[in-house]
Amino acid sequence: MTIVAHDFPSLLDMEATIEVNGLRKRFGSTVALDGMSFTVRPGQITGFVGPNGAGKSTTMRVILGLDAVDEGAALIGGQPYRSLRRPLSHVGALLDAAALQPSRTARNHLLWLAHSQGMGAGRVEEVIARTGLQSVARRKAGGFSLGMRQRLGLAAALLGDPPVLILDEPFNGLDPEGIVWMRGLLAGLAREGRAVLVSSHFMSEMQDSAGHLVVVGRGRVVADTSVAEVIEAASQGRVTLRTTARSAAMTVLAQAGATVASSDAATLTVSGLSSERIVALLQQNAVPFSEVSVYRASLEEAYMELTRDSVEFSSEGFDAPRVPALNDAANGVANQAAAKGAVR
Amino acid sequence: MTATMTPFRRETEVGRDGFGQLLHAEWTKLRTVRGWVRGLGLGAVLMILIGLFGAAAVELPNEASAVPLGPDGEPVRDSFYWVHQSLTGDGSITVAVDSLTQQADTGPGRQDNVTVPWAKAGLMIKESVEPTSSYAAVLATASHGVRMQYDYTHDRAGLPGAVSAAAPRWLRLTRSGNTVTGYNSTDGSHWTKVETVRPATLPATVEVGLFVTSPDHIESAHQSTTSSATAHFGSVGLQDGWQGSGWVPDHVGGGPQSAGESTESAGGFTIRGSGDIAPIVGGIASPGNIVPLGNFLVGTFAGLIAVMVVATTYITAEYRRGLIRTTLTASPRRGRVLAAKAIVLGAVTFVVGLVTAAVVIMVCEPIAKSHGFTMFPVDLWTELRVVVSTGALLAVAAVFALAVGAVLRRSAGAVALVIAAMILPYILATSPVLPAGAGNWLLRVTPAAGFAVHQTVQKYPQVFTYYTPTSGYFPLSPLAGFAVLCGYAVLALGLAVVLLRRRDA
Repeated sequence: MTIVAHDFPSLLDMEATIEVNGLRKRFGSTVALDGMSFTVRPGQITGFVGPNGAGKSTTMRVILGLDAVDEGAALIGGQPYRSLRRPLSHVGALLDAAALQPSRTARNHLLWLAHSQGMGAGRVEEVIARTGLQSVARRKAGGFSLGMRQRLGLAAALLGDPPVLILDEPFNGLDPEGIVWMRGLLAGLAREGRAVLVSSHFMSEMQDSAGHLVVVGRGRVVADTSVAEVIEAASQGRVTLRTTARSAAMTVLAQAGATVASSDAATLTVSGLSSERIVALLQQNAVPFSEVSVYRASLEEAYMELTRDSVEFSSEGFDAPRVPALNDAANGVANQAAAKGAVR
Repeated sequence: MTATMTPFRRETEVGRDGFGQLLHAEWTKLRTVRGWVRGLGLGAVLMILIGLFGAAAVELPNEASAVPLGPDGEPVRDSFYWVHQSLTGDGSITVAVDSLTQQADTGPGRQDNVTVPWAKAGLMIKESVEPTSSYAAVLATASHGVRMQYDYTHDRAGLPGAVSAAAPRWLRLTRSGNTVTGYNSTDGSHWTKVETVRPATLPATVEVGLFVTSPDHIESAHQSTTSSATAHFGSVGLQDGWQGSGWVPDHVGGGPQSAGESTESAGGFTIRGSGDIAPIVGGIASPGNIVPLGNFLVGTFAGLIAVMVVATTYITAEYRRGLIRTTLTASPRRGRVLAAKAIVLGAVTFVVGLVTAAVVIMVCEPIAKSHGFTMFPVDLWTELRVVVSTGALLAVAAVFALAVGAVLRRSAGAVALVIAAMILPYILATSPVLPAGAGNWLLRVTPAAGFAVHQTVQKYPQVFTYYTPTSGYFPLSPLAGFAVLCGYAVLALGLAVVLLRRRDA
């Protein structure tokens, strides 16, 4: 990637990337981060997903130099956060929309942040306008809804016009209109060439907006891939068959070596056979059917597959031993998804 | 993946993030929370109201009077009984004191012998018969042996021990030009020099005499009675150039307290006198209603409570809301964040304290005077010092509270701790709950030592009174007390920086 000459050379030798390398951190006997590694690239939204307690927020705090790690390092454009000068011009972060002094107005909240970076009220007005807060900017932040606070948090993240954005659950508390707005804004920020890391537990948000996914569980990455690949892997080898002769179809296909699951009275999900072979077998045996289609898993479903172990495991408590299956998951998403083949 | 990627190009200008920017940000934070601004204002109002209450609550029947000042500008008492005569040029006077007793009213219509430790009988060379004029004296005391004193504030010990017929004290004063030398002896033939002094004013002709005086008999911190002392002197000798022309009995310093008498007997005098020749101190020994300047600022403790609550929550509120993370992402160098907070808070509270103290003094002084109180006179420099040091007291206490808040991270605990550390010891030490000794220790070793900056009166070992904080005296000097408070603030701030750096935010 080449960068055109610029007025502010100190910022230009920095790439808009986040590199997270082998982070390990324990809180007492609890392992919070267990070798967390991934890279966030510029120009796209990277979804950062995983169940509660998977280490998303801790990782974000480590990237921002707030929490120390026992091992590993997180770099922004090649530098540790704490060594950045004018950090808000490098990274904009929204960790907790509720982190506001309730009696301070939205504008004043942005103003002190701007002052800390040597910026003035002019820039504050710009981000207020960009996040649609003009009408409430002079109201106390304590009276804001969660959706308004998310906008204010985003405004704060955008103050320094940073090439890297780190947003923890920015869709939380937004109404449908707000979600659409936020999605559009984030897409726009990515199009401008920024690296945007967004954590969320709404997989549907990620399906529509993220180009890349980092799926985490139990303090480590279980999948680091594009959204399309995740869905592909979760769907792999499965075919949806709609038929009125359900038992006849199951017998024929099972004899041919397929695994067949029934999701409702008229729908079967078949794995282990290609759709062409299924059509041929049904025709040979005169089994009627109305539709044969390639099965498309939803991102939600793929995510459930990927994180099942960590969710199950985390509900058992902190002291339980590690599950080896989790290691496999990181290596072969497709295998795992296919093998467990939970089909509706 | 996007097919073609546009490298990010910044549209906005990049600012600076030096320490100045950090200070600016912290100032913006402080001024944009109305509760904090109001809290500091409340502190100022409390200080003014309590000062006004103290100045206006009591109306005295008398008029405020001017306080007599000695040659050094200190307020002094000068009242005694003596036999004296004018003598010119250089010369010496010698006498023996062989008894000194004190009497006081110890009940209705009852007079008893008591001990007034600083009852005085001796020789004096004085500028004139006018009160507060310059002098030098060598004298026997009831409990502190022989002393050489001059110009009210200066005191040097001579021979120890009490005076009696069996153990008389021979005293001699020698004038030579502008100096006076005092000698003492147990037998009239073996003399030791106590000191040579140079009184402020010593004209060619001075008043020379034998005097007796006795300060109030102080029974407790709240009770005292007028006392008188009676001394017997042996025959008086004038030597080295002085020729006597007869002794005249008289009292110096008006008022009934200085009443006395003298009887000349075979070869000596018996003189009874009352009063004191000493600097004026506060408390029970203070004549009349003299108010030290610092008393108007007694409301400082209340102002400090408000200031310390604001100072503590200035940081604990950030922890409570998680805002500290925003602060530390904006300024990852954590020590500087705390330094900026301390400087902004310190500067603001300094100004609040300074302005409030100036207002309190300007408003309360005339009111107190109109209510019949007499001001303990202080020079402009002292007045300025009190005003500035009130600002400094608030500032350092605020920084201390901020640091404790940063260490504990919780408002309730931190506020309770700083108030227990600084305000509680002060209240205990100034209330009759604790014995004076315990109270004074609290004002030495706790952050409350800082209240000593309000001391405008000086302690004199040669004057007995109860030197208590309520009468304006602290166990440590203003500078030492302030240094103790600063020590606490520095320690707490250091700990806060270490913990802020080490802990996850």
